[in-house]
Amino acid sequence: MLTVTHYTVLSAILFSIGALAVLIRRNPLIMFMGIELMLNAVNLAFVAFARYLNNMDGQVFVFIVLTVAAAEVAVGLALVVAIFRARENVDVDEIDALKG
Amino acid sequence: MPLTIPEINLIPLLPAIIPALTAMVVMLADVLLPGKNKSWLAVVALAGLAIAALQTFSLYGTDATAFNESITTGPLAVGVCLVVLMAAFITVLLSIDYLNARNLDSGEYLALLLGATSGMLLMALANDLIVIFLGLELFSLPLYVLCAFWRTNNLSLEAGIKYFLLGSFSSAFFLYGIALIYGATASTNLSAIATTANAATNPLFIMGVALLLVGFGFKVGLVPFQWWMPDVYEGAPTPITGFMSVATKAAAFAALFRTFLVAIPPGTLDWQFVMALLAVVTMTVGNIAALTQTNIKRMLAYSSIAHAGYILIALVAGGEAGAEAALFYLAAYAVMNLAAFGAVLALGHGERERLTMSELAGAAQVKPWAAAALAISLLSLSGFPPFAGFVAKFFVFGTAVNSGYTWLAVVGALNSLVSVYYYLGPVIRMYMSPPAEDWKQEAVSRIPAALAFAVIVAVVLTVGMGFFPGGVIQFAQAAGR
Repeated sequence: MLTVTHYTVLSAILFSIGALAVLIRRNPLIMFMGIELMLNAVNLAFVAFARYLNNMDGQVFVFIVLTVAAAEVAVGLALVVAIFRARENVDVDEIDALKG
Repeated sequence: MPLTIPEINLIPLLPAIIPALTAMVVMLADVLLPGKNKSWLAVVALAGLAIAALQTFSLYGTDATAFNESITTGPLAVGVCLVVLMAAFITVLLSIDYLNARNLDSGEYLALLLGATSGMLLMALANDLIVIFLGLELFSLPLYVLCAFWRTNNLSLEAGIKYFLLGSFSSAFFLYGIALIYGATASTNLSAIATTANAATNPLFIMGVALLLVGFGFKVGLVPFQWWMPDVYEGAPTPITGFMSVATKAAAFAALFRTFLVAIPPGTLDWQFVMALLAVVTMTVGNIAALTQTNIKRMLAYSSIAHAGYILIALVAGGEAGAEAALFYLAAYAVMNLAAFGAVLALGHGERERLTMSELAGAAQVKPWAAAALAISLLSLSGFPPFAGFVAKFFVFGTAVNSGYTWLAVVGALNSLVSVYYYLGPVIRMYMSPPAEDWKQEAVSRIPAALAFAVIVAVVLTVGMGFFPGGVIQFAQAAGR
């Protein structure tokens, strides 16, 4: 029998994998996928809690999160394209003109 | 479960709706109306912001709630809304000639700026974690684009992508915090969370609050979540840097204050000590890192981190007095920091900006008015009497002493002593050094009218709030109640 604990733990694991992807990978697209994974882990947590608490709010929040994630994709990919046009390389370790 | 449709009352949300509508008008006018130079769109934007400010002012003292208590027009919210609208107004004025000099499109820029303003107002008015998150995303997304708005400039693009990756990373933490708090309390409404019994002993709730703090810390620039700030502030277009540093901070602090003062009932969770520690680390790291900077935008970025630390002292002190002191500080910081960025813009010429200390040398002889404005705003930022910064710091430290955090006020005062050193650096360079060689090669240009007007307004407010703090303090005191 799957309980809310299982879902919470799974969402925590997914969230950590996403966070690790952002921290370890150097390609902005992969980092971006990591962020999306984190947001989906949050969605899983919301749905699991909504079911457990018998409260529909959590399910509605998932729609809000999905909308925001879609908006983030639009902005993020546009920025990556702009960077690629300017330098033909998107490795974040080489985007280092600003430091100090 | 019966479905109840909440009463729709749009009035308390109008401060956020009006800038959003103005953004749409500007965007449509940009596309539909002919003409090459669209600088006049700025007038539309300014009118929209002025109407929003009047509307916000009429909400002052109503203390109403709307949308099932997810929006509140509490006094702190209204005060912060006015600060954000004022910052947006000054930023539009600062931007007009900046955009023209670089051949950037003003229609998109203004629409994005108004959209970001709308998000900040929503965040300041929010009384529900999900609405806070919506406001946060609504202002972050346009700001990511605005940071990278100077598309042909590598530094601007770099600032945009860095802000975007780290910003959305921190938003995810913020959202996970909301999910955990929802799991622990079955609600995201701040007032409802406060009444949930035993929430504070639930590990899920404590984890959630910690993750929320990570998200807030990122947006206002608390150490150790401040790494993005110097890079983004240096690379972003200068008017946007000014806007981000003051308006984002004001909106995020409003939400941070409401979350910690409303949602967590006093005495249940001992967060004051953690906040005090964060305040000390933030002030100290910000000020020490600023000491070695040679680029004035980067220096102001570190100073912005230090100021977040000072404002956090007001949160530790807590209660009405803390909220009043923070509101006054946010207003004072907004005018003096915008004055500083405006003066930096006024010292530039065309596409050229004078940002390093050696480029600023002797500015007082070439552009005396711009140099004087920069000197006044930097002195005010360092907390030099009789300017706004001094009164603001006095107010915050006084609140800390009154609520028994004398040691924190002492650390804050020592920190502002350290900060005098790096704020005075550019002033001494401007007034004591002979003019740099390249001043002579460059024909000294007149300062554009809109820019000059914005800087004058900001400087007058900086001086005025220092000499006559009474009116603003009264407003802020009513805000705490």
